[in-house]
Amino acid sequence: MNRFSYLRASSVDEAVREAASDPAARFIAGGTNLIDLMKYNVEQPARLIDITHLPLNQIDETDSGGLRIGALVTNDEAAYDPRVQDRYPLLSSAILAGASAQLRNSATTGGNLLQRTRCYYFYDPGTPCNKREPGTGCPAATGRNRIHAILGTSEHCIATHPSDMAVALAALEAVVHVTGPDGERAIPLSDFHRLPGDHPEIDTTLRHGEIITAVELPAADFSRNYTYLKLRDRLSYAFALVSVAVALRIDGDAIAEARLALGGVAHKPWRDPEAETLLHGHPASEDRFAAVADHILKDARGYEDNAFKIDLAKRAIIRALSQAAAGTPQSQTDKRIQ
Amino acid sequence: MSAGQGGAAALPERIAITLTVNGEARQMDVLPWTVLLDLLRDHLALTGTKKGCDHGQCGACTVIVDGRRINSCMAFAVMKDGANVTTIEGLAKDGVLHPLQQAFIDHDAFQCGYCTPGQICSGVALIEEGRARTRDEIREFMSGNICRCGAYTNIVDAIEQVIGSNEEAAR
Ligand SMILES: Cc1cc2nc3c(=O)[nH]c(=O)nc-3n(C[C@H](O)[C@H](O)[C@H](O)COP(=O)(O)OP(=O)(O)OC[C@H]3O[C@@H](n4cnc5c(N)ncnc54)[C@H](O)[C@@H]3O)c2cc1C
Ligand code: SF4
Ligand code: FES
Ligand code: FES
Repeated sequence: MNRFSYLRASSVDEAVREAASDPAARFIAGGTNLIDLMKYNVEQPARLIDITHLPLNQIDETDSGGLRIGALVTNDEAAYDPRVQDRYPLLSSAILAGASAQLRNSATTGGNLLQRTRCYYFYDPGTPCNKREPGTGCPAATGRNRIHAILGTSEHCIATHPSDMAVALAALEAVVHVTGPDGERAIPLSDFHRLPGDHPEIDTTLRHGEIITAVELPAADFSRNYTYLKLRDRLSYAFALVSVAVALRIDGDAIAEARLALGGVAHKPWRDPEAETLLHGHPASEDRFAAVADHILKDARGYEDNAFKIDLAKRAIIRALSQAAAGTPQSQTDKRIQ
Repeated sequence: MSAGQGGAAALPERIAITLTVNGEARQMDVLPWTVLLDLLRDHLALTGTKKGCDHGQCGACTVIVDGRRINSCMAFAVMKDGANVTTIEGLAKDGVLHPLQQAFIDHDAFQCGYCTPGQICSGVALIEEGRARTRDEIREFMSGNICRCGAYTNIVDAIEQVIGSNEEAAR
């Protein structure tokens, strides 16, 4: 691991000022991703700004009836907060589908959004990788790519974003609040992560020096008809091959509103609003769910090891929509898929 | 170790921190990049906490910090200044094993023993959290602890026994 200087920030302003003035400085929160990457020399920050003492660890009600989750609220605290469990059980479920109890105790809301891809080549500085070293190439595209993306890839990178929490936040249309040298901004979750395009080294639209202060959940009533269905090589403590977050509002017999986001398939949580409208005003039916799945995957492209994800994603979408419509969300402890 | 970015710049100084480890306050000067796991093992000679993967993937390094189980390989010691740390060495009281330590013996819940300190620290925290009742739940909330020897069934038995006897005692 490289050597670095350390600063314990005592205010958001100080953290931002110190980070903005040093291109090699990084914030550190739970440390569960950054320390891992530093141990592999994938990240080599010259200065670490410890933000864990900042007052960003509360969950507060918003004036508009939503919740504002501070950036330092741990994944465990967010998942078990009674307000989150009651009003946003989809978020609670997605968080509990990720990592392990130990990691969730350290991992924070802000850090989870900014965790980097688990692409094997990205993690190995002995190999080329456009995300780690722009311009060196993408060995995953022609190499081992079982865990890689099938949607929104570019010739420069086919990595996925590994977060489960972010997939639920995408479906819930959360907003990321940040503070930077130029003041505060609010970034819709769907614009927070980006597609790789020509610049796979840039994961998000956050600028250097900007700190996430909170994630805001708008008021919503998706507490009955929802599910987070995560499919992976091992039933727990493994990243998603495909995951589906669904939130439905059902009025009488018909679906009044549908939100669906996919994880494990793209460089960002994947939403397809056009596919969602196919459900509006219709009763739940497997045929319609299949049409939605086909629509979402119509431009999918499989690579040597991951072509199976296209079919898996379609089936997962149909199953998740059925679970949500029936009001029988996937359990994160009893792993049988009903 | 290379000097990393920053080139010839002066190396950062040691930083004074205080940790309460197994009930005893310890003051020390640490380098910013010293990881909590290495501090416990190499500086405090508490080698009960094991290094399996060093990357958050196995749970062998699990310790309890301020009442919560974490992977000590994924934490810089300097960031835990002021914290209360319990390791496997701190669980027995006055020579009497913690009930979960005893249950591991009763149920033969280990083979090589390498994962065991992490399993037990994790299990102790799981029992305190009070969220696991069924075997499915115990398995899920213990999934952060890998056992290469595959002692899982007996580990679940041991934890189940302690949860059961705690419930009995509460009645
Ligand atoms: C073995 C293993 C399995 C895992 N499995 C899963 C899984 O199944 N699903 C899943 O979703 N995740 C999983 N994770 C990832 C885990 O969720 C992340 O490592 C964690 O959420 C990162 O949060 P952190 O607070 O520890 O971030 P840190 O490591 O502290 O930081 C990560 C990045 O975010 C930046 N940062 C942190 N906070 C802020 C802020 N407030 N503002 C600006 N920048 C900030 C840091 O500079 C750094 O670049 C797993 C991790 C491991 C090690
Ligand atoms: S997929 Fe992206 S992260 Fe992986 S090797 Fe290619 S460029 Fe690097
Ligand atoms: S040594 Fe820390 S999780 Fe494996
Ligand atoms: S007892 Fe050997 S690894 Fe668990």
